[in-house]
Amino acid sequence: MYVAVKGGERAIDAAHAWLAEERRGDPSVPELTVAQIREQMTLAVNRVMAEGSLHDPDLAALAIKQARGDLIEAVFLIRAYRTTLPRFGSSQPVDTARMAVDRRVSATFKDLPGGQVLGPTFDYTHRLLDFALAAEGAVPPAAPTAPAADEAVPHVAGLLDRDGLIEAEAPDDTPAPDLTRSPLELPASRALRLQALARGDEGFLLSLAYSTQRGYGRTHAFVGELRIGMVEVQAELPELGFAVPIGEIELTECESVNQFKGSRTEPPQFTRGYGLVMGQGERKALSMSLVDRALRWRELGEDFTGAPAQDEEFVLSHCDNIQATGFLEHIKLPHYVDFQAELELVRRLRAETMQEAAE
Amino acid sequence: MTVQDYNFAYLDEQTKRMIRRALLKALAVPGYQVPFASREMPMPYGWGTGGVQVTAACLTPDDRLKVIDQGADDTTNAVSIRRFFQRTAGVETTQSTTGATVIQTRHRIPEAPLSEGQILVYQVPIPEPLRFLEPRETETRRMHELEEYGLMHVKLYEDIARHGEIATAYAYPVKVEDRYVMDPSPIPKFDNPKLADNPAIQLFGAGREARIYALPPYSRVVSLDFEDHPFTPSRAEHACALCGATDSYLDEVITDDRGSRMFSCSDTDFCASRQAGRPDGEGGA
Amino acid sequence: MQAAEMDICAKMKAEVPLLSASGVTRRYGARIGCADVGFDLWPGEVLGIVGESGSGKSTLLSCLAGQQRPDAGRILYDGADVLAMPEAARRRLARSDWAYVHQNPRDGLRMGISAGGNVGERLMGVGARRYGTIRDSAIDWLGRVEIAAERIDDRPSGFSGGMQQRLQIARNLVTGPRLVFMDEPTGGLDVSVQARLLDLLRGLVRDLGLSAVIVTHDLAVVRLLADRLMVMKSGRVVETGLTDQVLDDPQHAYTQLLVSSVLQV
Repeated sequence: MYVAVKGGERAIDAAHAWLAEERRGDPSVPELTVAQIREQMTLAVNRVMAEGSLHDPDLAALAIKQARGDLIEAVFLIRAYRTTLPRFGSSQPVDTARMAVDRRVSATFKDLPGGQVLGPTFDYTHRLLDFALAAEGAVPPAAPTAPAADEAVPHVAGLLDRDGLIEAEAPDDTPAPDLTRSPLELPASRALRLQALARGDEGFLLSLAYSTQRGYGRTHAFVGELRIGMVEVQAELPELGFAVPIGEIELTECESVNQFKGSRTEPPQFTRGYGLVMGQGERKALSMSLVDRALRWRELGEDFTGAPAQDEEFVLSHCDNIQATGFLEHIKLPHYVDFQAELELVRRLRAETMQEAAE
Repeated sequence: MTVQDYNFAYLDEQTKRMIRRALLKALAVPGYQVPFASREMPMPYGWGTGGVQVTAACLTPDDRLKVIDQGADDTTNAVSIRRFFQRTAGVETTQSTTGATVIQTRHRIPEAPLSEGQILVYQVPIPEPLRFLEPRETETRRMHELEEYGLMHVKLYEDIARHGEIATAYAYPVKVEDRYVMDPSPIPKFDNPKLADNPAIQLFGAGREARIYALPPYSRVVSLDFEDHPFTPSRAEHACALCGATDSYLDEVITDDRGSRMFSCSDTDFCASRQAGRPDGEGGA
Repeated sequence: MQAAEMDICAKMKAEVPLLSASGVTRRYGARIGCADVGFDLWPGEVLGIVGESGSGKSTLLSCLAGQQRPDAGRILYDGADVLAMPEAARRRLARSDWAYVHQNPRDGLRMGISAGGNVGERLMGVGARRYGTIRDSAIDWLGRVEIAAERIDDRPSGFSGGMQQRLQIARNLVTGPRLVFMDEPTGGLDVSVQARLLDLLRGLVRDLGLSAVIVTHDLAVVRLLADRLMVMKSGRVVETGLTDQVLDDPQHAYTQLLVSSVLQV
């Protein structure tokens, strides 16, 4: 019973036991392995890694299993684990221009150096349930392959920048801030904003980005480029004094090309939005680039129209789903004391009003 | 999945009737956005669900369907939608503009002139031309109702004041039959003149926003402008590198990372026809 | 003084009043917004409505201007029944023959649009389609309200409060309306800015022969602008008359209080 707080311990133990039972489901059905989740629920694993901000597919798969498939719960598990890890230092910035791309599409140019690479995408599938998948065991025929082109894959924004058609991105050597180590301070630098967005909830960013497309802080976005692939991570080790490769991670990067600004005296230029997400997460990367662009209104001399996606404080304060779910769900916790106070107040006011009415 | 699992052209007959009623209303009131009960489709919103529903409601087994995206028959989304109807309707498909009875398009009007009896179906992302001046649907519907279009011209005025010209290059708003201001979907303004006085039926479907609108054959369609800053359709000042056309809309292709560029027709059927020396629009199979 | 009275008499010879209200009543539940208000406004005449806040003067103004519907009463504009008109006709009137100057210029301007665009909007709303002409009118009107022509492409968000208010006036008057509603046009401005604005308004009203209904709690505004006055208290009209008459020889106790409280300041 909920009210019987003293009996809580026993209740909680029983609830946990019940939860474990529910997680396992019907024991006559074989149990999922972590490896199965990692290999066959890859996009869920990627999302948990991205929003958990920890690159570890096995742990993310474990978290999904433990969370019964509730991805926000799984992110929570990863975040809670991540916070216990020692921190050795920062990697060098990854060079996404040297990404080994699995997918690379540009909506702004029909063809371009490095080519359009469709990659393993849902985009042109018809969303028709494939009942063949319900039958077990069949391994799909191998996809056709082509030798990897060793052609460079330059960024589209770089090509536009060469002609001065897009705002220049000034290099900045300021060490990146760390949201997990220091509290969020507003106004935030763009780097800090991007970091918050990269950890932010995909659904929240999706809705915000969508709202900009529908006129609430519109930025006229084109997908300049979306690329997914492996990049090498390098770190400088203090003992060595130079950077060495420490591994590879998969990233999704989106650069949007947005409405131009300019005047009769200042030649017009396109502007940029940027999204970068760990793993394969293109919906999130696209959303992030639109929201990033909308948040830059002040720096680009645009008007604040009151759109939610332009409001840095609103966006950054609400994008973290672990914060959000925690605070939201806490209202399930007892609030007897506060509520009691309210209850007394309302009763007193009612009594006064009724007495006045009677007089 | 097999064809037998679904009705002809995917949608059930009741849904098609509902869509046809909306289409008739749209044709009766040119340029007016008719709300319709848009269905969930097996492709994502924003990928042509409106156009696909309109096409599904128009197709008969005897139709010949052409699907283009950005003017080309071979772009991925065009291929995807064409395959969808091949599978679910089994209709004949074609790349020929003149040979098609129904053409579904995203972002272009074919270069070859259309003729009576043809249907051109546009995929529309945001049907409301006033949306970016006024985000609230309740207010924009009222503006249409009362013909309050002054704000639209304020936007054009601001463009000229700031940029010296009207800075809208695609989805350039038009006024239909002197009554409704309409979004022609994101076609380049180069294509705007083809909207007017067109012998074909032009249907516009917006799935996510659940709106259908239409231009009956030979409608009067005027691109908004000022008398002293008249509407001008524009294109890249080049000839097509493949067929040499100087009057078609061109795609720009970057050919290396040193800034080299090539221009070619965005309408692949038009370009192929010219290269093969056939009359325009009687190209590919 | 006598000349002014004769002038008014001349105006009243016009055949129909420009605006004629009778029995205008608006309730908010049990509370009265305004009750049984009636008056005739003749072409070229300026009517001041004064009273403290809550007296019903703003409710009355928004009823007259078609922004809210009275529960009872009749409003005739140029002989036509405003309340019986379809919404489209009323809106057409509102953007051609009528003008409405809000107390807060932000309510009457488009802050994200240049000064020129703000002034030009009404012209375009009634069909102007020549950019050069629209721009010339905008420059002309900016000049008339003492805003430098080079500010034409600036947005009003960068203007001072007084400039914003003058821009709002230009935006309203550019289509040559016959009837202007003003709601506390000098409210929220510094005293020195108020004086300049009043001076400007007086010049425009005289030069253009405008008819106007001005709601204010500031007697200095009506003394300068209004031909006739209506004093309101608790939603009802307690006294009407020629402005100088009402202010110099108030009859109703409430008007006496209103006038004396100003004189003491």
